[in-house]
Amino acid sequence: MEIIRNFPCLSILLAMFSAIISSALKGKGARWLNTFVIIVVGALSAAALYMTMTTGESYVYVMGHVPAPFGNEIRFGSLEPGVALFFCVIMLLSLNGGRKKLLLEIDPGKENLYYIMVDLLLSSLLALVYTNDLFTAYVFVEINTIAACGLIMITERGRTIEAAARYMIMSLLGSGLFLIGICLLYDMTGHLLMSYIRVSIEDIVASGMYHAPLLVTIALIVVGLAIKSALFPFHAWLPDAYGYSTVSSAAMLSSLVSKGYIFLLIKLIYRVIGFDTFLNSRIINVLFVFGLAGMIMGSISAIRENDIRRMISFSSVAQIGYIYMGFGLGTSAGMVASIFHILSHAATKSLLFVSGVGLTDVSGGHKEFVELTGSGYRNVAAGIAFMVGSLSMVGIPAFSGFISKLLFAQAAVQHNQFAKLLPTLIVLAVSTVLNTIYFMKTVIRIYTPTGGTSYVAPGNARHEDQKYASVSIKENPLYVITLLCFIILNIILGMCSQPITDWITQGLSVFA
Amino acid sequence: MSHIRKQSEYEKTFASKFFQWLGGEKDSFTGNMEMRPQKEYMEEEATIEERMKDRQQALAEVYDSVHNKELLFFNKLYKCFSIVFCIAIVAVLIYTVSYLPSVGAEDKPTNNIVSDTYITNGLEDTGAVNIVTGMILSYRAFDTFGETNVLFIATCCVMIMLMVDEKELSKNKDSNDRIFEPKNDAILQVIATLLVPIVFLFGIYIILNGHLSPGGGFSGGAMIGAGMILYVAAFGFEKTGRFFNENVYKCVKVTALICYGCIVTYYFLTGANGFESLIPLGTPGKILSGGITLPINIFVGSEVACTMYAFYALFRRGGL
Repeated sequence: MEIIRNFPCLSILLAMFSAIISSALKGKGARWLNTFVIIVVGALSAAALYMTMTTGESYVYVMGHVPAPFGNEIRFGSLEPGVALFFCVIMLLSLNGGRKKLLLEIDPGKENLYYIMVDLLLSSLLALVYTNDLFTAYVFVEINTIAACGLIMITERGRTIEAAARYMIMSLLGSGLFLIGICLLYDMTGHLLMSYIRVSIEDIVASGMYHAPLLVTIALIVVGLAIKSALFPFHAWLPDAYGYSTVSSAAMLSSLVSKGYIFLLIKLIYRVIGFDTFLNSRIINVLFVFGLAGMIMGSISAIRENDIRRMISFSSVAQIGYIYMGFGLGTSAGMVASIFHILSHAATKSLLFVSGVGLTDVSGGHKEFVELTGSGYRNVAAGIAFMVGSLSMVGIPAFSGFISKLLFAQAAVQHNQFAKLLPTLIVLAVSTVLNTIYFMKTVIRIYTPTGGTSYVAPGNARHEDQKYASVSIKENPLYVITLLCFIILNIILGMCSQPITDWITQGLSVFA
Repeated sequence: MSHIRKQSEYEKTFASKFFQWLGGEKDSFTGNMEMRPQKEYMEEEATIEERMKDRQQALAEVYDSVHNKELLFFNKLYKCFSIVFCIAIVAVLIYTVSYLPSVGAEDKPTNNIVSDTYITNGLEDTGAVNIVTGMILSYRAFDTFGETNVLFIATCCVMIMLMVDEKELSKNKDSNDRIFEPKNDAILQVIATLLVPIVFLFGIYIILNGHLSPGGGFSGGAMIGAGMILYVAAFGFEKTGRFFNENVYKCVKVTALICYGCIVTYYFLTGANGFESLIPLGTPGKILSGGITLPINIFVGSEVACTMYAFYALFRRGGL
């Protein structure tokens, strides 16, 4: 048991080592090393999860010979290793789903650079999940930002460079605000370690000193991380960044990078600012309003979009809105729902991106809906996977999206403020209808038979298409297996939600 | 009283026609309406061209920044709003800062046990006379390792953007702009011959003395990198390539980072599990002292020097 306490630290360092070694390897070696490291890190996280679940405590791990508040430390209860394990699974599946596409889209000499970015992205995500130190968090936010830029621009064609530049500018603006927030916090408290800042902040709040700076600091930190995770008014960089990068990158950016920042924000709310202080500052209402606005506006933008990749990207804006709306409710039930939605959205959105690329590939690489007509018949696996992803997003029972919507609705109903109860329920309903409009439109489109005349009898619906060739399941077994794993993951999240919510509740109780 | 209609009479009623239609026995449209399969929608070449032209024209008119009054108005409004917004943010931040404790005040929250401990116990804990280096390399070793990885990933990102494939270059002679490299400059070369050794020596001195005097791996490495840039600017890449090419760069970078990582891992694992570190701290003030700070300074220095040079080389010619 004692040795398992080293695993979180080891997994961060392992991911960094693999990045360093990859820079001396050729593409193929880097690819295998990356797969190996993700699996090992997943296993280490699983062991740490097992240990924390059995003991039900949280552990502090000193990084070096000097204890806090002088040295660095990381801290983990049961929530952190579980999220790390989940991130590893999603990362492995996203990479496998886009592996073939990646080889076609990038220069052969630069494949190892891609895996360096992926390795460092993994290490920074792990560090953001585990860290108990604000400055360490900032350093790894930096690594995360640069790695994400690299992942976007690796294809080097068309609008990816422009998208990467936009992403970089917006993301750096977010980092800058976050850094100013950290500086102000340090000036007021004199600490960088989260637990010590928390104690000082409680004193500050009790004494009434520094009321204005504390409010500005919380606002800066929250806005900085909201820009980086594309909350509604700051989402302008998102559709280009997700829509034009290679599919693995898009899946990882939407399901891991933005979720890493959101997890950091949860950590800051619980462990640095304190849930009650955060609740009493009115910034929580701002998050609530922008979350609700994002749920509607993201869906409306998705409905107006004529490009399947950009449509899925805009859907992310709406889903991020759900998560922030859960924060905005300001109850622990809302927080549990948000964390569940982080998992559910990560599993579903990467599935949609990966299956979406299968559909566009059998439509001559076109992403417009007209060309996608009937693509569900041409690539059966991708069609089914896309349908499952859509059903999950819309919130059909048995899939993960249903549970998160249910949890949000329950959290709203239990809320004691009527001013938050009613808007949440109404917007949840409207947003579900809007989700249905654009996802079901796409599903109907990909299952509309093409070719021949409009008089094809119902029995002949599987009409061979003349325009584009079909792809059989056997041609790319890795892709099909990936999709299958994604679907299973979705169904597990949807069917076994009770143990998962129990785990989240237990993790949150030892989180602060 | 009911009566039974005759069959022929019944067939004329609306009910009979409705039930026939419902049962599918008779389609009231057959024979009465001409039916043709739908033609596939085909656009003529000319209309497509016209449509594209219209679209282009519409775009040109909408984004015509000289004539379109609405766009001009929007641009002005945008500028005004951004200025107002920036001023507002600056005002809020200045307002915030005015509430913070003043610089150098004795009761400042940052004057707490943390900085006191760094000053009083720093030498004892790290063995480094230079407290700053001792602090960043041993108390906060994890942050600094992360920071070194930021440099590493930044070079990798620049490589993605600017690295030119050598094979492509030899195939495609026209795209080779390396032939436009400036010719040798006699004055620059003489000055460089004099300066470069001194710069290198001073950089090495700062790295090796990082734990004793101001400086350390980051500053010394930047200096060596600057010396290499000066050398390459004076003598060109062919001469530099003899002792520093892509393979040397990879070797140095990977070795430095891996050694650094190993030291840090050893330091973390022993510290967290309660073992004594076997690396001796040495006598403070001697060159061979400072525990892990000296080797880490050397590795950070070589990594930073490589990074500086790589940035310059990548931006100048797209290769190392």
